Amino acid sequence: MSAGTKKIDVTVTEVVEVNDLVKRFRFERSDGAEMPTFSGGAHTVVEMKDGGITRLNPYSLMSDPRDRSAFMISVRRDEQGRGGSLFMHREVKVGDRMVLSYPVNLFSLDLRAKKHLMIAGGIGITPFLAQIKQLEGMNGHFELHYSVRTAALGSYTEELKAHYPDRVHVYHDDQGEAIALGDLLDGQPLGTHLYVCGPKGMIEWVCRTAEERGWPAEAVHYEEFLAPQSGKPFSVTLAKTGKVIPVGEHQSMLEALEAAGVDAPYLCRGGACGQCETDVVSHDGAFVHRDHWLTDDQKACGNKIMPCVSRFEGRSLVIDR
Amino acid sequence: MTIQFNDETFHDDYTFRNSDWAIQRFPFPFHEDSYMYSVNLEPHLSLRPGSVYEKTFDVDEHYVAEMKDRARVLAEDPLRCQSLPHMTLAGWDLLELIMVSKAREYPDLFELHRDGDRWHWINKPLGIEQKFVFLDETTLPCGPLEYITRQAQGDYALLDQRDDNLWMDAGMVTTQADWSLDFDIGMNFFEWHAPVPMASELGVFQRALKFLLNLQQGAPVRRLNWTMTVNPLLDTSPENYHKWGVQKTALTPENVGSKQHLRVELQTLFRLPRSNALAFPIRCYLIRLEDLVTVPKWGRRLHRVLRDLPEELATYKGFIRNRPMIVEYLSQFDDGTPTSPGVFPD
Amino acid sequence: MSRFQFPPSIRSRPVYGTLEPRRGTAHLMVADAEGAEALLDLARAAPEMMAKAHVLYIPAAEGNDLADRLRATGPAQFYVGPSYAASVSRLRKALADAHMGLQIYLAGTEGLIGQAMQEAMSAGYPASAIQTEHRGSVARRVQCVHCKGVTENVSVTPFVCSHCGLNLFVRDHYSRRIAAFQGVCVDAEDPGDVPAQEGLYQ
Repeated sequence: MSAGTKKIDVTVTEVVEVNDLVKRFRFERSDGAEMPTFSGGAHTVVEMKDGGITRLNPYSLMSDPRDRSAFMISVRRDEQGRGGSLFMHREVKVGDRMVLSYPVNLFSLDLRAKKHLMIAGGIGITPFLAQIKQLEGMNGHFELHYSVRTAALGSYTEELKAHYPDRVHVYHDDQGEAIALGDLLDGQPLGTHLYVCGPKGMIEWVCRTAEERGWPAEAVHYEEFLAPQSGKPFSVTLAKTGKVIPVGEHQSMLEALEAAGVDAPYLCRGGACGQCETDVVSHDGAFVHRDHWLTDDQKACGNKIMPCVSRFEGRSLVIDR
Repeated sequence: MTIQFNDETFHDDYTFRNSDWAIQRFPFPFHEDSYMYSVNLEPHLSLRPGSVYEKTFDVDEHYVAEMKDRARVLAEDPLRCQSLPHMTLAGWDLLELIMVSKAREYPDLFELHRDGDRWHWINKPLGIEQKFVFLDETTLPCGPLEYITRQAQGDYALLDQRDDNLWMDAGMVTTQADWSLDFDIGMNFFEWHAPVPMASELGVFQRALKFLLNLQQGAPVRRLNWTMTVNPLLDTSPENYHKWGVQKTALTPENVGSKQHLRVELQTLFRLPRSNALAFPIRCYLIRLEDLVTVPKWGRRLHRVLRDLPEELATYKGFIRNRPMIVEYLSQFDDGTPTSPGVFPD
Repeated sequence: MSRFQFPPSIRSRPVYGTLEPRRGTAHLMVADAEGAEALLDLARAAPEMMAKAHVLYIPAAEGNDLADRLRATGPAQFYVGPSYAASVSRLRKALADAHMGLQIYLAGTEGLIGQAMQEAMSAGYPASAIQTEHRGSVARRVQCVHCKGVTENVSVTPFVCSHCGLNLFVRDHYSRRIAAFQGVCVDAEDPGDVPAQEGLYQ
């Protein structure tokens, strides 16, 4: 049984163009029942029937966790991506039936924190929207620093500034505004936890700066979804059945396994949670490890692979499935 | 089915009894004739109508008496229920899970009426009626964890999830197999299991932790654990060990069948939605040996399991001194014939 | 001086390391008795750190010259306290005033390390980020699981609880929250039958 198989049948009840790049989708249960509650930072995996392909993309839930009427996500159009966001932008209309996973949280708040310091870049704002709603209901202490390219492309900046004028700070790249990160970090009281979500470069910058300034790793939290990247086609052999499964250029190994009817475990589909970790029985070639899960030693060892994002180049790969 | 609740005690005069119904549905933990510590987690799905696995939270004939026993223990030692400050939200999650499940599964015993955040809870067996505002602690007589677990059989631990570990940061513990919440609160998964012998070498905890960190909302799991207890004493706490430990010496070949009990924990684990914590209910079932052997398969199998159990485990489970007497007693009920696979009576 | 090698134990028992300089905006160092030697080693390894350091030192009752040597390393703030109990309010104030970027170094007996860690944790500092180094006495703080009283400086097992008088066996099970090992009645099943006392690491 795949750990991520608990599903919800939903109907799209609202599609809103937030700006030129971002659309917001509202999903309600098709049977009229209530949505599950969730914790701020959780994501849902959206199933997309795109022609003959089933795409499964994770998106952070941005709605109020206490609102049982609907889930909301925001999707940024990625022209270079493998097509999931383009499908959401072009094909998904009000009234469509879709399937979502139950919420999964790999970016939860540390509720012991004396203060929550949040740093968002671009579409990385979405998990914070839910976390802020959660903290608001608990009288939690938070501060958000949000970096956007331009005012026109800044999703939800106006709402945030209107609701939390003293706690939300917006920075516009095109006006040369930047977060004064060093000073910001140095001024935080003991017991503050730092959260960052945004582009890879921003996450690295924030984590590195925090480390340089003496922040313990336990107080620094980040979420970066890796979209599976395209690569050379390869094939993978299942040790249990001897079946050979081709993995296409624009397909992840996990997707290829699923398309071949293999019930492989998964949760985040982004190389972070470890659920899809798979033993390699034998290989002749080179791994392209792209996950955050395996240690460098494990990657060098070559006896594990995360099929959600990692690939293989070479003559043969046999996995324990 | 309407349950007839027993008027019985779990201390001093020990009037606790299992009815024939309770004996037949006892969660016998051994699926084969030997035992080794293992994770053995399975989905907590409804199984066998009437069994302890049918409902999310089993309610049986001991409910009212167990809740009285809990109130007695808490009056003597309020430290048995504790919640670190960041666990209040998880307490509300647990309250919701128990109230919603019980009202749905036992509509003749429990009712929950919800109008937004204004909730109205009716517990008929305990004669409790409470109107309160969900997520507002000031509208309950005590914290949400304590409130609901004074009305639910079994111990409860709430495990916070952070830093790729689980932290026992809250609990209600009055029916425990010799561990102290007051001492263990705040520990991580490896620390609170530290005293368990052998299992660390077997690597079971690493595997179990990895599984639990990914446990999903709406997909609870369960496992059984067991030990042996002299007298039907629910509160075998370390705190009171200097008072109850001596009871172990009261066992004689004449009274072993009635005094010695098999103690089984039905452990379940739920992902909690609002807090992302795990709820870890540990429900204790007791059965005296002379009742257990009325199911011939169980008598034969328990004899073989206890006879062959490694010394370290018999010591850890606290019955090493009485093992020869227990095994001798059970041997009368083991004719050496094979037992069928699985835990249920033939 | 030689350092005690603790035998391997269960996973709840604390393990201690060797203090290493870490990057930080401020450094809080707490030591008792021979723990000062660990701080001196630290100051030797990174003398520049001391200008941002606040040192709290609790010498042993018999006294020694380590306080003077510590002062000579030039910490920004230096305090010598007569006992842990007398020093704890100052420690709390230092933690309450501190900002993220603080590094915490604890050295000395298990009792000192455990109690100072407890303060840092309640101030919101992650326990696993605190550096510790054991020096000096191997006596333990032990909590009686029955009466909850803590007995200091326990170096034998079993011992008599200084609060309720029960004979307690000293376990390796340790609570960071209480900063103590667990003591459990040793003769509950055979009252009066108390095993001979032995040293903790005999």
